[in-house]
Amino acid sequence: MSDTTPPVPLLEVRELTKNFHVPGRGNNVLCALDKITLQVGRGETLGLVGESGCGKSTLARTLLMLERPDGGSIRFDGTDPFALTGKDLLAWRRRVQMVFQDPFASLNARMTAGEIISEPWSTHTTLYPSKKAREGRLRELLQIVGLRPSDAGKSPQEFSGGQRQRIGIARALALDPDVIVLDEPVSALDLSVQAQVLNLLNDLQHRLGVAYIFISHDLSVVRHVADRVAVMYLGRIIETGTTEQVFDRPRHPYTAALMSASPRLDVSDTTPRNRIVLEGEMPSPLDPPSGCRFRTRCWKAQDICATDAPPATGSTDNPEHIAECHFPLLPIPVTDLFARRS
Amino acid sequence: MRTATVAVPRASMIDDDVVLTVTGLNVDLRTPKGVLRAVNDVSFEALSGRTLALLGESGCGKSMTAKALAGLLDPVADVTGGTVVLGGTDLAALTAKERLAYAGPELGIVFQDALTALNPVYTVGTQLGEAFRIHEGLSAKAAKVKAIELMGRVGIPEPESRVDSFPHQFSGGMRQRILIAMAVALNPRLLIADEPTTALDVTVQAQIMKLLRDLRTDSHMAVVLITHDLALVAEEADTVAVMYAGNVVETGPVKEVFGAPHHPYTRGLLDSVPADVGRGQDLTSIAGSPPELHRIPDGCVYQSRCPLVQDICRAVRPALEPDGAQRAVACHFSEELAHV
Amino acid sequence: MSRPPRNDTKLPRGGRAVAPPGTEAIALPRSESVADKKVSLFRLLLKDRFASVAAGVLVLVGLTAVFGPTLMGDLSTRQDLGATNRPPFSVSDGWAFILGSDSLGRSMLARLVVATQTTLSVALPAVGISLVIGSLWGVWAGYHRGWRETASMRVADVIMSFPSLLLAVVILYVFSPSAANIVLILAVTRIPIYLRTARAESAELQSRTFVDAARTFGARPNAIIRRHVIPVVLPTLLTLATIEFCYVMLAESSLSFLGIGIQPPDVSWGLMVAQGRQYLQTAWWLSFFPGLAIMITTVAANVLAAWLRIATDPAQRWRLTLPRKRLISRLPVKEVL
Repeated sequence: MSDTTPPVPLLEVRELTKNFHVPGRGNNVLCALDKITLQVGRGETLGLVGESGCGKSTLARTLLMLERPDGGSIRFDGTDPFALTGKDLLAWRRRVQMVFQDPFASLNARMTAGEIISEPWSTHTTLYPSKKAREGRLRELLQIVGLRPSDAGKSPQEFSGGQRQRIGIARALALDPDVIVLDEPVSALDLSVQAQVLNLLNDLQHRLGVAYIFISHDLSVVRHVADRVAVMYLGRIIETGTTEQVFDRPRHPYTAALMSASPRLDVSDTTPRNRIVLEGEMPSPLDPPSGCRFRTRCWKAQDICATDAPPATGSTDNPEHIAECHFPLLPIPVTDLFARRS
Repeated sequence: MRTATVAVPRASMIDDDVVLTVTGLNVDLRTPKGVLRAVNDVSFEALSGRTLALLGESGCGKSMTAKALAGLLDPVADVTGGTVVLGGTDLAALTAKERLAYAGPELGIVFQDALTALNPVYTVGTQLGEAFRIHEGLSAKAAKVKAIELMGRVGIPEPESRVDSFPHQFSGGMRQRILIAMAVALNPRLLIADEPTTALDVTVQAQIMKLLRDLRTDSHMAVVLITHDLALVAEEADTVAVMYAGNVVETGPVKEVFGAPHHPYTRGLLDSVPADVGRGQDLTSIAGSPPELHRIPDGCVYQSRCPLVQDICRAVRPALEPDGAQRAVACHFSEELAHV
Repeated sequence: MSRPPRNDTKLPRGGRAVAPPGTEAIALPRSESVADKKVSLFRLLLKDRFASVAAGVLVLVGLTAVFGPTLMGDLSTRQDLGATNRPPFSVSDGWAFILGSDSLGRSMLARLVVATQTTLSVALPAVGISLVIGSLWGVWAGYHRGWRETASMRVADVIMSFPSLLLAVVILYVFSPSAANIVLILAVTRIPIYLRTARAESAELQSRTFVDAARTFGARPNAIIRRHVIPVVLPTLLTLATIEFCYVMLAESSLSFLGIGIQPPDVSWGLMVAQGRQYLQTAWWLSFFPGLAIMITTVAANVLAAWLRIATDPAQRWRLTLPRKRLISRLPVKEVL
């Protein structure tokens, strides 16, 4: 996908913060995003990993300007999109698009596939002004995502989940974006269909040079598609780095626990595997723990974790492999971390 | 101590009694296109203290099989053949009333979505106690005591104070524990778990699967685990039955089937897993998609996607034949595949 | 401040759309393409006997309303004081008196036919006006949420808190009970029904993913409402309108019965029922036939509304196309949880 030198960031997010007000007594400020910082380069894939409630969907929505941030900034090619209005804002919207998780809910069941894919052009009328141009582009898009031209007249119920997701991808491509945010695009699909869609996404990235922000809870999928990975927990990014760094040598205990909890398809060894089983569940974002947010479930927690927020530190060998922890794990391979007992 | 390291047991369990034998189960479905066969000639066995996984993608009929076992089919579906023998009795031959005696004491079922499976207007204590009131004739008070005990057994903290809470006040993982508690309340011989962790986060999934394992060990239940997740099957199940388009295509011990699959579909599934494929390389995917119910072909159900397909596959549907000591496979060319 | 987005945890797997309960995992045969949809709606109607009959009845009523008065000529107003209160079902006085005659010797059949036009010409506009105003207002309020929604709901509450019949009586007593006033009062009192339904559906829809998708490429709210909200809400509202039609017809009949609705020499079904009240013992047919007409029309509209509800919802349409269940089956089936 991309080369190893850090590219000029296409999308730069600094200290992004988003709060929600939840009706009710007591503390009713939900901090969904807490000073999020990340970057995406041209043509690169950033994987965003986290469990439900960590804020990844909120982050996706904020990047697409469906929510207004309460703090921090986003810079897209140097421009702050939230400062734009009118035509400039509309033009900016073309550059970032989204593929949604649920192939059923993200398509209006009363429209045909062709209408769904061409809907963006009704708003951005200057792109393909003539009907002929639109039809031509629609045919192209259908072909790019592996559907037939005759599929344009069918309604979503007539397609399988994988095909609907292709329609969603075609719709996201309709405006020729630079970045596509994919929110769990293959989670609702069967395994064999998942492979087809992942191959398609890979192919599209090669052909069109589009960057992906790939949100998923499925670590094996993220490992396959992402160049770099950011791990989220309760509104914060607690670890970032390249895929190998984060998955093979995790520095944050939560990442290690995630890796450990994922079942592994490996029947070759018969010895019991040590697994970190976290206790409890993710605390409510309405009342996050003081200091380090992960301390209530962390086996390495000490007093300092409750009083001081952990600093973001790079590892000595790889300064861009950053983790927010007072006691980051030693950089040994994850296979050694879960040492097999003989 | 916040966490515990737990050894994932792979050693064999004691008590290998046959608890459930399903033979030739057929389920027909009435659809706008006519009466169609949704589950065809399905046979498998569940042993006490062991987990059998029904593995397949969506539309393969695994959920419908589970519902048929539990007697919970939608009115448009009917069991039209086969036997379901649980502890000596053929459940398929019973009337609905006779079946009522089995739900709970003999058979427990855990569904995927705990929020819709629990009644939102009753407290958790009431719902947990229901099994005791119905089958053991306990009073409401005594049932509540049992409910608290049950909640403790499945790892819900502070059960005394939470027994009067409503389902929506619990998190997803906790609700799933409650559902499991309801299923195991009367120590059934068989537990059917229909995608119990699909809607949960992976760390919560690890907790729930550990809970199921512990419960199985304590009471020597047979567990039938319905899932599409190969890795989950690899770690949690002892035997597996792979289903495709309403038919069982391969069965056997998990290690053997996954280590050396004898059916092209199993092989294709295993190859589709992104685990070890390098980035930027294409995954091996099975071309096409499963046939629609009214277009299931004569002959082998997998013919439209199978790389090995020959004329005989289109003409004759392979039966599930024994393949070695503990395995069975439904393929004309399983021998060839076994030696590849 | 916006509300936090719905927390969608991992979705259950499934590659199939809109399947019947209990069969979610089965690959159902795919439905017809869009081109066939309009034709198939008619065919779907023909498949359901009750709904077809109901539709036929309503068509008949409609045709009577349109062409009836012309056909009847002045038969409905021709008085014949020598032939008052003739009983029905005898052709001795000619076919015009097949349903009998009223206290002024006028043909019941003719009056019934002419009354159809009057009744419908009050009910239909009333329903139409309240449907259009209430729906557009509700959809707008529900989409934008916030103060617009709250203010609209309070207005709806105010209108609904007046007993509508009482309000109608007062207004019509103060102003003259002309047909236009009746239509107006009926329309205004029914607006909240559509307003609340439209608002509720619109509020739910605006948080749906496909609406979010439209927002991501910068579509304006009005475009989104037009393209996504209204087409989804419309079937519900039309079904509601069909049921409301019954209510409005009955309301008009009640007003006429009370003497503040349609005034003679105009005639409506309600008025006919009212006029026949004092003769119930002696000439039962005076009130019976108009009452029967009201009942048949109301029942037909209700049946059609119920069918329409299912037929216009792509997710439910399959229910109308299933083959019949065999009486003998292996296992008694239960409702899926």
